[in-house]
Amino acid sequence: MLYRESGQYKTSYISDQSIFPIREDRIGMMIIGVIAIAIPFVASDFFLNAIMTPFLILALAAIGLNILTGYAGQLSLGTGAFMGVGAYSCYKLTTIFPDVNIIILVLLSGLFSAGIGVIFGLPSLRIKGLYLAVTTLAAQFFLEWCFIRIPWLYNYNASGAIEVPERRGFGDIILTGPAAGAMTQYFVVLGIVVVVTLAVKNIVRGRIGRQWMMIRDMDIAAELMGVRPLTAKLSAFAVSSYLCGVAGAMFIFFYLGAAEPSAFSITLSFQILFMVILGGLGSLVGSYFGAAFIWGLPIVLRAVLPAMGIDIGAETVFHIATMVVGALIIFFLIVEPHGLARLWSLGKEKLRVWPFPYG
Amino acid sequence: MDILYSILVDPFVQMVDLPDFFLQVLWEGFVAGVLYALIALGFVLIFKASGVFNFAQGIMVVFAGLTLVGLHEKGVPAYLALILTIGVMGLLALAVERFVMRPLVNQPDIILLMSTIGLTYFLIGFGEFIFGGEPKQMIASELGLPTGSTAFEIGDGGLLILQHIDIAAAVIALIMVGCLAVFFNKTRIGRALRAVADDHQAALSVGISLNQIWAIVWFAAGIVALTTGIMWGARSDVSFALEIIALKALPVLILGGFTSIPGAIVGGLIIGIGEKIGEIYWGPLVGGGIESWLAYMIALIFLLFRPQGLFGERIIERV
Repeated sequence: MLYRESGQYKTSYISDQSIFPIREDRIGMMIIGVIAIAIPFVASDFFLNAIMTPFLILALAAIGLNILTGYAGQLSLGTGAFMGVGAYSCYKLTTIFPDVNIIILVLLSGLFSAGIGVIFGLPSLRIKGLYLAVTTLAAQFFLEWCFIRIPWLYNYNASGAIEVPERRGFGDIILTGPAAGAMTQYFVVLGIVVVVTLAVKNIVRGRIGRQWMMIRDMDIAAELMGVRPLTAKLSAFAVSSYLCGVAGAMFIFFYLGAAEPSAFSITLSFQILFMVILGGLGSLVGSYFGAAFIWGLPIVLRAVLPAMGIDIGAETVFHIATMVVGALIIFFLIVEPHGLARLWSLGKEKLRVWPFPYG
Repeated sequence: MDILYSILVDPFVQMVDLPDFFLQVLWEGFVAGVLYALIALGFVLIFKASGVFNFAQGIMVVFAGLTLVGLHEKGVPAYLALILTIGVMGLLALAVERFVMRPLVNQPDIILLMSTIGLTYFLIGFGEFIFGGEPKQMIASELGLPTGSTAFEIGDGGLLILQHIDIAAAVIALIMVGCLAVFFNKTRIGRALRAVADDHQAALSVGISLNQIWAIVWFAAGIVALTTGIMWGARSDVSFALEIIALKALPVLILGGFTSIPGAIVGGLIIGIGEKIGEIYWGPLVGGGIESWLAYMIALIFLLFRPQGLFGERIIERV
């Protein structure tokens, strides 16, 4: 009743190709947009800083990995390291060009990550599946080693960590550094993530995205039909690493504020892989669901368990949260292997025929 | 020229100059390789029987070690604790088969892989919840494992020191591989296992119970994990850091092939020795610490030339 496309005619090519062809979807997106803009005015700084900003950043990283694993079918365990490349190159860029707007540098730093991603993507032309996962592990551990052993990357700091300097932009607003406001950072991150997501949406439904999906579904058949595996696979690696690099740069500059190399360890890679799998392989909206789930669940558990009257130490809560996350991952894989995105589309199907059981 | 000399010539000069040190490095690498091979063995067992790439093998090693030490700390005698731990690994195998593998049968590889990573998280949380996160001392002497070391003189005044525990680890690994080989080739269950590995449906149709086989295979992997946990724990501590080391089993598997038990052993030794020699002789040129990624790089280069591994079955693709 509320949600159906009947009666909505497409009378021009533009409306035929729009991203949200159904009016209710457009209204829904607008409501989400209004909420996203309204949140900072009602929520506390802690909520913005510790939940919303990292959620958006990790959702972008999940989209990056989803391009590679969900759309192009190449399993990667090196996401954390590619995020690290973005973070460190952004740090170097802002050291060398302190006057350039930090947002431009964040977007540029993804290019370095894309370059590294293409280099480590080269083996994918010969090997696939789990074997490829091992080569991405090589990237993960090698790059992590570089972050520790090449002092030039962190400006020869004694601590070996990178500290985000204060940067201003758009007049005189403090964008990064300890003095930056939570609301400013949230809006910057929101802007970048929304713009990039729209760009990615257009890539995956265009020629390149279709090539990726052909390679994923059956690479030999795709090759016979004229898709070049070289360009398709490497472009997937490039776009994926670019997004991860941008996410990594934002992770440091707008969320953590300072980072040791261990911030980009394999744990982060796994976390993002979980977001992609739980959210749904090959689904952009799923990446958001997955990021919200994986990032939000431990926070919720840590808040809920003591509130339920279970009086336990902070460490124990952390252990239980790990355990519950593991169990829930298995549970979700069993009940819905296609992820939260599939539940979302099932829900929409149901809504379409509501209040009748069948359409 | 200096760079070329230090890369191509100098390490070998060092090896010849100090042969006893070189042998010591070789031995260290050999022992590390044996332990990698043991972890890889657990992977191979499960992969052969169910096609599942068991990421949780590393944490199973930690979990088995922690259970053993934890039980002993509670006052259980060492050997009884060992038997109880075997029981716990059996229960774990049954639980994994019932609650993870059975509902996920016939899912794509990546889903099964993810489920074992989920299992890893669960076991990390569970283990830390019960035993705490601190490293623990392995009860090596209580279990009757030898301690101390023997020194051999080599050449003029060189010394090669062999820790007894390392020798024991190598011997136990050999015995275990022998037992597994006999188990796989001579027993009824072993043949059933190989049948399942070959073709699930055909195995089902001749009356082999998949569920039973999977429980057995996870139990066998649990026993391998326990042995690895004891051996590795005796060399260092039992701690969750072992989990990262267990990832080294991946390049080992790449070298050996996912389905080959001898491959796991040979691959483990190549990786163990290769990364020790690389670290000692070439590591200082780039600032050390290359042990963390050298194994993966060796595997990566190897893959480019032989994608199916040393002993793996040839990959044939059809459209």
